[in-house]
Amino acid sequence: MRSGTGRALLLHLAVLAVLFGLQFVLPDYHHRSFARILVLASYAVGYNLLLGYTGLLSLGHAMLFAAGLYGAGLAVQHLAIDAASGFVLGILSGLALALVVGLVALRTSGVAFMIVTLMFSQAAFLTTLYFSAVTRGDEGFTLPAAARQYAIGDLFFDLTDPGTRYNLALLLFGACLMASFALVRSPMGRVLVAIRENEPRTVMLGYHTFRYKLLALAASGAISGAAGAAYALLFSYVGSTFASIQYSILPLLWVLLGGVGTTLGPLIGTLLMFYLIDTISGYTSAYLLVVGLALVLLVLLFPKGILGTVRAKAAPWLP
Amino acid sequence: MSFGPHLFLALLEGTVAAFVLALTALGLSLVFGVMRVVNVAHGEFFMLGAVLAWAVSSLVPASPALGFLLALIASPLAVGAVALLADRLVLRRLHYAPEATIVATIGLLYILQQLVLTFYGPYARPVAAPISFRVQFPWFGYSGYKLVVIAAAAALLAATWYLLMRTRIGLVMRATQYDRETAQAFGIPVERVYSGIFALGAMLAAVAGVLIVPIQQAHYLMGLDPLLLSFITVIIGGLGSLRGTLVAAFVIGLSDGVISVFFSPTLAKIIATLFVALVLVFRPSGLFGSARA
Repeated sequence: MRSGTGRALLLHLAVLAVLFGLQFVLPDYHHRSFARILVLASYAVGYNLLLGYTGLLSLGHAMLFAAGLYGAGLAVQHLAIDAASGFVLGILSGLALALVVGLVALRTSGVAFMIVTLMFSQAAFLTTLYFSAVTRGDEGFTLPAAARQYAIGDLFFDLTDPGTRYNLALLLFGACLMASFALVRSPMGRVLVAIRENEPRTVMLGYHTFRYKLLALAASGAISGAAGAAYALLFSYVGSTFASIQYSILPLLWVLLGGVGTTLGPLIGTLLMFYLIDTISGYTSAYLLVVGLALVLLVLLFPKGILGTVRAKAAPWLP
Repeated sequence: MSFGPHLFLALLEGTVAAFVLALTALGLSLVFGVMRVVNVAHGEFFMLGAVLAWAVSSLVPASPALGFLLALIASPLAVGAVALLADRLVLRRLHYAPEATIVATIGLLYILQQLVLTFYGPYARPVAAPISFRVQFPWFGYSGYKLVVIAAAAALLAATWYLLMRTRIGLVMRATQYDRETAQAFGIPVERVYSGIFALGAMLAAVAGVLIVPIQQAHYLMGLDPLLLSFITVIIGGLGSLRGTLVAAFVIGLSDGVISVFFSPTLAKIIATLFVALVLVFRPSGLFGSARA
């Protein structure tokens, strides 16, 4: 166990180091794609915390991503606050929404939980359309360049610069990845896994499972909110699409592909799916067909995902 | 037009919507009740029914009535075959595990939608109504076809009820719903019953799609609204309760017709979805769901 932790820690740091190094060799196009993938992978890490380690399948995470997106985007756009405060506001929005939804939705489980989260998310999506005077609905809005520059003392960040964008996205992903790694290895993470495996038995052992599930959902919401806020600030676009059902399904797909309940799975899943869709979009506009086929084939033939299979076959120490 | 006739028109429209919704939601409710499968692709079966109706009726351009009748028979059968295939290839292999089947039917939703988009295109196409008769009320004229929809849907609902309650097949289906393992122990081919139920559910949605297509045009995204409304209906009516589903379909169909005449549709939808989520949390057996039918 101990040596497993050491090895796993080394692996995570090595992955982050490789991602840092990649920015010097990647061509322009892929450099931009990677910044996006890192932010989306952070979102997938947040999703995996709930699905992979607590065993709760949410079909409504888009509302948490969108809470961060709009929390940061609207504040920067309309309240004229700076980017860093906007980011914090985005995280808090995701966290607060997750807590409110959790207090209601976690009274259910299984299929009912999936439908309740789906319904809440649909209501959130419609809300962004209903207040289109502020949100500009489907069309969305872009943040002004002036709002995307930020200075701490002598340090000056320009979020329109690709290099800054890449490194900030990497910083976000690194923070989310290491946070999820630490959480999984902590006593609390053990309890979450126990809930995933057998909730009644965990209750019998004396754990207040509702509280743990709420905490997991809150952490997942905060990470999803952070990813949403970062997406708005780094790529400067805020629109209703990100609150739609599709953005609840995508993280599910990424996590399933990479490996449910593996810390690095979300990154691998997001990376592969992003490039798969990117490549296919070159040939046909029907990329959703690929999303659909991937979902069916994954649950049918490959339910453990890539890293889950690796863990089962070769490396049981993978967290 | 004064308030009275306006309300009458809204109620008429609501009744048409309610009957079509009852058919669609009954399919979803059957599948959930017997198989415990939440079929997210249910709305796509509705859409497929409508699109195939256009395809079939355009084969017989000379006679709209004949084309429509052909569509009414051929389109649900074709959709039933698609559903049967999906059941054999996907759902059965997942052993109908609830969470895996939801993910798989989400995949199915995208697959069907994109296939229709690729082969049918992004068009919204109408199908000619089989009759062009108009009923003349003192205040306005009303499409006679919509009254045909009401009659046809009522007949189909009655036929489904008869199938479930008065035939041997229905008995077997209800036995499977009541207790799967005991049913199997008594020699009921549970897997075949599941396939049959899944196909029947899809055919009910498809037939609703065929009936609606002369009123609403066939489009590859048209399945989303009936899906959400059916979900709402099935949940309010109580998961798995057929009688509750029918009652809820009428309440929701009528109130949807009336509300959308007087209020902003987006706000109505927001309130409805939140309400449904809360019903599912606090009254999981539904508002009318005490009786299991």
